[in-house]
Amino acid sequence: MTTENRKPESAAATGGLKPGAGAAHLGDRAFEWITLIMALSVFILIFVIGYELAVGSMPAIHKFHWHFLVSSDWDPVNDIYGALPFVIGTVVSSAIALVIAVPISIATALYLTEMAPAWLRQPLIMFIELLAAIPSVILGFWGLFVLVPWLHIHCFPLFRSVFGFIPIFHGQDYGPCMLAAGIILAIMIIPIITSVSREILRSVPGLQREAAFALGATRWEVTRIAVLGYAKKGLFGAVILGLGRALGETMAVTMVIGNAPQFVPSLFQPGSTLASWIANQFTEAVGDLFYSALFELGLVLLGVTLLVNILAQLLLKTFAGPGVKPQH
Amino acid sequence: MNAPNHNWRKFKNVFMEILALVCAILVVMPLVLVFYHLIVEGFGSINLAFFTQLPKAVGEKGGGMANAIVGTFILIGQAALVGVPIGVLGGIYLSEYGGTKFNWWIRFAADILNGVPSITWGVVVYGLMVVPMHGSSALAGGVVLGLMMIPLVMRTTEEVLQLVPGGYREAALALGISQWRTIVQIVVRTALKGIVTGVLLAMARIAGETAPLLFTAFGNLGWAHSLREPIAAMPLQIFNYAISPYDDWHRQAWAGALVLLLLVLFINIGVRFLTRDRFQQKT
Repeated sequence: MTTENRKPESAAATGGLKPGAGAAHLGDRAFEWITLIMALSVFILIFVIGYELAVGSMPAIHKFHWHFLVSSDWDPVNDIYGALPFVIGTVVSSAIALVIAVPISIATALYLTEMAPAWLRQPLIMFIELLAAIPSVILGFWGLFVLVPWLHIHCFPLFRSVFGFIPIFHGQDYGPCMLAAGIILAIMIIPIITSVSREILRSVPGLQREAAFALGATRWEVTRIAVLGYAKKGLFGAVILGLGRALGETMAVTMVIGNAPQFVPSLFQPGSTLASWIANQFTEAVGDLFYSALFELGLVLLGVTLLVNILAQLLLKTFAGPGVKPQH
Repeated sequence: MNAPNHNWRKFKNVFMEILALVCAILVVMPLVLVFYHLIVEGFGSINLAFFTQLPKAVGEKGGGMANAIVGTFILIGQAALVGVPIGVLGGIYLSEYGGTKFNWWIRFAADILNGVPSITWGVVVYGLMVVPMHGSSALAGGVVLGLMMIPLVMRTTEEVLQLVPGGYREAALALGISQWRTIVQIVVRTALKGIVTGVLLAMARIAGETAPLLFTAFGNLGWAHSLREPIAAMPLQIFNYAISPYDDWHRQAWAGALVLLLLVLFINIGVRFLTRDRFQQKT
């Protein structure tokens, strides 16, 4: 992307000129207004989403106040609802995903920008983009029928025999579990983190690298000192962006996490996330308070993902703002 | 200062490069594995009936997903009617009008909107359309997918419009053509291929969306006779079959997943080859 040859000229041309009077002028004004309204739709949509969820959650908010966030009960029979297991499940599954995805993604981005032979770059990039295009329901389906049985038969016994003394590997395993959800989430966010990281790394000035090479550094030392040091903030932004996606991911998680309204501190136990629990319960909900509680789960999820995404965008936009451009 | 151990540094260099290569291979593995399993399990169940027949009741052999395939295309069509005009016009504003600061905020909001979880969209449109209309409908499904398309289309439209050289605009304005006609007839037309690409990619993305459809389009084992009825969609059907306990339905789900994946990948790869020159200029 080159920034210099577009904005200034078009802005100057349009700002400076007052073309024609009458009909043409009217057409110009109308067109600008129409496009402006369409552009503003993004603000309107964010507002509508927040408003609708807030209105829908009102009954639950009035009934439970802040207890909703710290209670672990999910009891439709007595109409008592709490979000805690889902909040923790969301955080834990995303954390597992990040632990797996971050090193792999950043290493891959480094490989693509710093090390890979030229002929391999384009095909690899295309593969990663295609991985991002796999619908989440298909990945979840694959997870349910391939990954979960594989973990159940081959991985869990191995983990148990080697790390059995650590509490997070305790408990009966039924197949669908937190770890499976974390792995599927990792697969889903790896392409995002990798491609955003690649953009960030590409914007590291070539001079940075040349300077380090000139001092006699090996390629890895150049990467570590000159490239990673320079790109730290942007890479952090890429990771947070991936986190935002992981927190809100629904279908794939619903299919492999086991959908139990509980959180057990074990990787092998089923659990739920905010998103997967909404997907799982919404069509079965009866009664206003039940619906309202699900809306409130949605509100909590929206709040968390908005904050995380705002942080990610701020990190990325302040890193790769105007003025920074690719050097190759 | 000690002289650094040269061999050790060289070894570390090679080691890290191999590690990075291994990671790159690991990243590609899931795509290969998913594709492999879908072909092995799903290919055998794809036949003419799959594309032309309705689902059969549990226990009966055969049947297909014709309703879901048609449903997905109907939903995408409706979504495009909502998402494309708003997205493209908004993208035009971002590229051609507005101040730098103001547009920064719009872009920021679009990127944030892009990060809103898909299940949240489903819940919101449930409240906005399904409750007032007293039931799930194809219309609600189309609208939710269309709204999700807006930020995607807006950002790609803006990006390709900005690739159009400023000279084109100046030349047109200098000839006395009004600004809006300059934009529509020259700028947008020059970038049309890129805009279409963006729209197609957005369509491919929403074609696989399931979560927002769960409570809006809802799914349907038969045909939907109007847009006010619940409608089937491929991702929904795959999900419902996958979590069912029946082997026959699992087979259908494998076949459906393979067809859906091929559709999505076909659009993605096709678009890349069509617009190779445009997006590969100067990496």
